[in-house]
Amino acid sequence: MSELVDYVLRLGDDALIHAQRLGEWIAASPQLEEDVAMGNIALDHLGQARALLTYAGQVEGAGRDEDTLAYLRDESSFLNCQLVELPSSDFGFTIGRLLVFASYQYELYGRLSSSSDATLAAIAAKAVKEVDYHRDHATQWTLRLGDGTDESHGRMQQALDDVWPYVPELFESDPLIASAGLRGIAVDPSVIEEPALAYVDAVIADATLTRPQTNVRHTGGRRGVHTEHMGYLLAELQVLARAHPEASW
Amino acid sequence: MSDRHDWPLWEVFVRAKRGLNHNHVGSLHAPDAEMAIRNARDLYTRRQEGVSIWVVEARHISASSPDEKDSFFDPAADKVYRHPTFYDVPEGVEHL
Repeated sequence: MSELVDYVLRLGDDALIHAQRLGEWIAASPQLEEDVAMGNIALDHLGQARALLTYAGQVEGAGRDEDTLAYLRDESSFLNCQLVELPSSDFGFTIGRLLVFASYQYELYGRLSSSSDATLAAIAAKAVKEVDYHRDHATQWTLRLGDGTDESHGRMQQALDDVWPYVPELFESDPLIASAGLRGIAVDPSVIEEPALAYVDAVIADATLTRPQTNVRHTGGRRGVHTEHMGYLLAELQVLARAHPEASW
Repeated sequence: MSDRHDWPLWEVFVRAKRGLNHNHVGSLHAPDAEMAIRNARDLYTRRQEGVSIWVVEARHISASSPDEKDSFFDPAADKVYRHPTFYDVPEGVEHL
């Protein structure tokens, strides 16, 4: 069942690492109201991560629980896509990333809710409603920033340009996805590329922005290869649990 | 990003699941009505407080003045005949 463990870790790590980045906006957002919105979205992700990592630990059967998997794994054992680990350079970037990532997750969880794996199906059925709202939140902001002032338009376009090289990784299929052990369980990411990006394209057009044209593509997260930002992110995420093993609060 | 002072104040009304009317729950800042409803969802319905949200920009609400409190409200204090319990219902009256 190691294929299933790795597959669930991919999903769980995406949610965990994105939660960490979103949480950085709490008390740093443009508005108090947005602090709460970002906090809510981050907590939704954290909830998904907890359920998924717990399940990965159960399937693995080696006694690792959600905390062990979140706090005591090293960088190369994390299987999240690189997009979610990138620093939140500005609010526009956070929104651009959320737009793409929520569109991806929406299509993914929608299909995963009919997975032959009952636990994954249940987690996905709950998560898809949450993600629907994340996508809407990102949509509203993209429209306002893209079709706003010259300054906000320029920065929102820059955000999409910065996000785009990391988009293809979301929709990559690989031998793990195609493995016999995951047949009927996993969703092939290449299948959801078209509907997910169709949604993003429509929002981009409405927001008077342009879909970036680039051949640059960064990939490797699903194999544990990460950007230079990942180590710093994990240091902050894990320092307390590593400095005080077994601590509870 | 707009200066925070550019964003108008919105008053938020939420109808609870079993409630018949929307109740005022608080206020928030938002650039427009759509975002105000979303912010209200995040601020005031996180714990399943409601199933419907109204927002209205605070400047559109006309309010009575606290200075007029005496003339507005005090005269109602001694008009007991405005309450149905003031009247005795004659025996034999049906459908009341």
